[in-house]
Amino acid sequence: MVWYIVRRFLQLIPVFLGATLLVYFLVFSLPGDATAAICGERGCTPAVVAGLREQYNLDQPFWIQYLLYLKGVLTFDLGTNFSGRPIATIIAEVFPTTAKLAIMALVIEAVFGIVFGLIAGLRKGRIFDSSVLVLSLIVIAVPIFVLGFLMQFLIGVKLQWTNPTVSGDATFTELLLPAVVLGLVSFAYVLRLTRTSIIENVNADYVRTATAKGLSHRRVVVVHVLRNSLIPVVTFLGADLGALMGGAIVTEGIFNVNGVGNTLYRAVLNGDGPMVVSIVTFLILIFCLANLLVDLLYAWLDPRIRYA
Amino acid sequence: MSSSISSGGGRRAARNDTPARAASGGVQPLLELRDLAITFSTANGDVPAVRNAHLTVMPGETVAIVGESGSGKSTTALAAIGLLPANGRVSNGSIIFDGEDITSASEKRIIELRGSSIGMVPQDPMSNLNPVWKIGFQVKETLRANGLPSGPQDVAKVLSEAGLPDAASRANQYPHEFSGGMRQRALIAIGLSCRPRLLIADEPTSALDVTVQRQILDHLDTMTEELGTAVLLITHDLGLAAERAHKVIVMYKGQVVEAGPALELLTNPRHPYTQKLVASAPSIASRRIESAKKAGVATDDLLAPAAARGPSLDKVIEVEDLTKVFKIRGNWGRSTDFTAVDKVSFSIARGTTTAVVGESGSGKSTVAKMVLGLEGATSGSIKFDGVDITTLGRKEMFDFRRRVQPIFQDPYGSLDPMYNIYRTIEEPLRVHGIGDAKSREKKVRELLDQVALPSSMMQRFPNELSGGQRQRVAIARALALDPEVVICDEAVSALDVLVQAQILNLLADLQADLGLSYLFITHDLAVVRQIADHVAVMEKGRLVEQGTTDEVFDNPRTAYTQALLAAIPGAGLVLPPEVA
Repeated sequence: MVWYIVRRFLQLIPVFLGATLLVYFLVFSLPGDATAAICGERGCTPAVVAGLREQYNLDQPFWIQYLLYLKGVLTFDLGTNFSGRPIATIIAEVFPTTAKLAIMALVIEAVFGIVFGLIAGLRKGRIFDSSVLVLSLIVIAVPIFVLGFLMQFLIGVKLQWTNPTVSGDATFTELLLPAVVLGLVSFAYVLRLTRTSIIENVNADYVRTATAKGLSHRRVVVVHVLRNSLIPVVTFLGADLGALMGGAIVTEGIFNVNGVGNTLYRAVLNGDGPMVVSIVTFLILIFCLANLLVDLLYAWLDPRIRYA
Repeated sequence: MSSSISSGGGRRAARNDTPARAASGGVQPLLELRDLAITFSTANGDVPAVRNAHLTVMPGETVAIVGESGSGKSTTALAAIGLLPANGRVSNGSIIFDGEDITSASEKRIIELRGSSIGMVPQDPMSNLNPVWKIGFQVKETLRANGLPSGPQDVAKVLSEAGLPDAASRANQYPHEFSGGMRQRALIAIGLSCRPRLLIADEPTSALDVTVQRQILDHLDTMTEELGTAVLLITHDLGLAAERAHKVIVMYKGQVVEAGPALELLTNPRHPYTQKLVASAPSIASRRIESAKKAGVATDDLLAPAAARGPSLDKVIEVEDLTKVFKIRGNWGRSTDFTAVDKVSFSIARGTTTAVVGESGSGKSTVAKMVLGLEGATSGSIKFDGVDITTLGRKEMFDFRRRVQPIFQDPYGSLDPMYNIYRTIEEPLRVHGIGDAKSREKKVRELLDQVALPSSMMQRFPNELSGGQRQRVAIARALALDPEVVICDEAVSALDVLVQAQILNLLADLQADLGLSYLFITHDLAVVRQIADHVAVMEKGRLVEQGTTDEVFDNPRTAYTQALLAAIPGAGLVLPPEVA
């Protein structure tokens, strides 16, 4: 088991190298001069441009630039963005908000998805099941920005239950609405996955045997149907956590959340190469770790899986 | 397990007087099903699954329900414990347990009865334990749900009673760490843990190896006898039912067609279906051959007909020192060697049948794959007509395949569901470029005729056929290229007993007509007795014994072969050869 975890961490190295190389190359190949973004409308004098190019290693060939960047990362120095602020500080500033939002969204989709999916699965083909299925299909089909704006307008603007946008403090109540929107699509998937899984397991032989042992209906459902059905659901949730932590550009944009997604979006618009590469690298690492977490969780849930 | 059981009819005699005692004492029946009818509601309306089923189980008595798949035997038994599938319901009649009518008892009452009054041992040990909970937990919750002490010692006690060695530490393992036999012991432990008065055993051993089967059934017998538990045993095997039960009930197409004391039913079957079962179920048929031989009666007409039973010197297949080593991936990227087949040598004389017998994991199927050329040999040689097939090139291999054809175990899995029957049988002819469309169609008609299927079947698809019909199609496909050798890998084990007998007879007839040689891979010695001329017994990759069928059955030399022979159900039955 320990050996498995060590190996998984070692696997992160090629993933990290490959991903940064790719992102770095894409940013490097962007048309236009990177210094133009810093200098703005009025432009800089050639001497200043030359200074900037030297500061950001833009005068070096691609490989040298990349290796210098790697050296920075390995010494925990992500450098500064084009506005001169340390990138590490910026990430440390915006990530907690995104993490809070992601965990809230995850809890919402997990709790409601599993509960609704369980009831629908146990009452297959009846009214609750059919209506929940149609509803989840609508949620999956409608684009997220439509749902986002709609709920912002209805709940934030018309009913005024919450603020339509999120302030710099990003309090729990403010984040509730964006978290619901963010978790909505995954909620539909969790619901359907749980439902299918429950239907499959309800007819399993060991469930019938559990009933024959004299267990109550409730215990059969919770201990023998639900736990087995959650194995694929937890796998999905874990992978989703990685995706949510990466920040939701659309949702953060709609509700003006000062999170990772919004910061990355602005960096792309500004052509801020160092910032884009650093954030994307950070996200890749988060995603890899979330995946590792899923695999470990999977082994814990299903004793038949053993990693060696 | 116990020698008194495997030798002679000691058990039978003991079993026979119990019901008599119970009946004469005027005791109230423990379970009584009166005119029970069970209906399944499907998309096409209500389908009756069981009609007018009538049975009584006296306290302490063992009653067997015998029938083929789909006969309603399991449905009937499951109804007694309220475990019908969601679309099934009791549409008529009543279920009376210990004087109480529980036909329409509340869910609460049924839950009270389950476990503590009526226990169950299910059919398939692989799928009936929840894979994510430890064995101990699954025993513990049974004890707790029925209000019994459920500490670690209680759990260990229950498990060790069922014959599980080292129960205390085994309780901390998961089902996947158990072998099939151990899982079935755990399930028996669960079924009997709350000392029920009635145990429903639904084919409790049909998924296990034969020698394990016998051990488990013996143990179940001993336990239920000690505890005075009545058993409702569901099985497809009449021989097994007759050996284990006081009373046998035969079900056919949802109805009880015959019921009575086991031996009486065997010697004097009245219903045509029972007569057919008695006449041709392999376990009974092979017993009859044995009995006849002991009585000095000629057995020729009891054996399946074959071409030449005399010794033939022409060896069509000679296997010498055949070895197969698999690499198994282990920790730290190391791999260990696993020898699946270890220096196996045997030969098949032309026009005869050689059976390779063994339990799962003995390497018998790997031998079949290597002889078919589907798996490479690690060392050793396989000579077909004097030519070593392990050295054949691509084209020669192609020609070889034309002369050696397989029939596999599962007729559901081995036919392409998207091909109709005509295409299935015609495909090998087309692949080998034989004839034109017209002559191929003629050939397919002939083949269907040979396997006794109507030619109107050509346009149908596998899912429209029964298991026996599919296996006939598989045989027709194997015969399409006029092969010299047919390799049957458990070719009848997935079929119901009567269908088994039909297919065995068909194979024997074809052998007589076409001079085929068979390599028969099977775990079932009852089948071997009926069809094989030579037997090779495999254990853990090695060939431990071989000889003519008579030699092996009369004088088994190794303990393993003796155990296999003892495991054929009905060991204690003495049958008059003229029955049927």
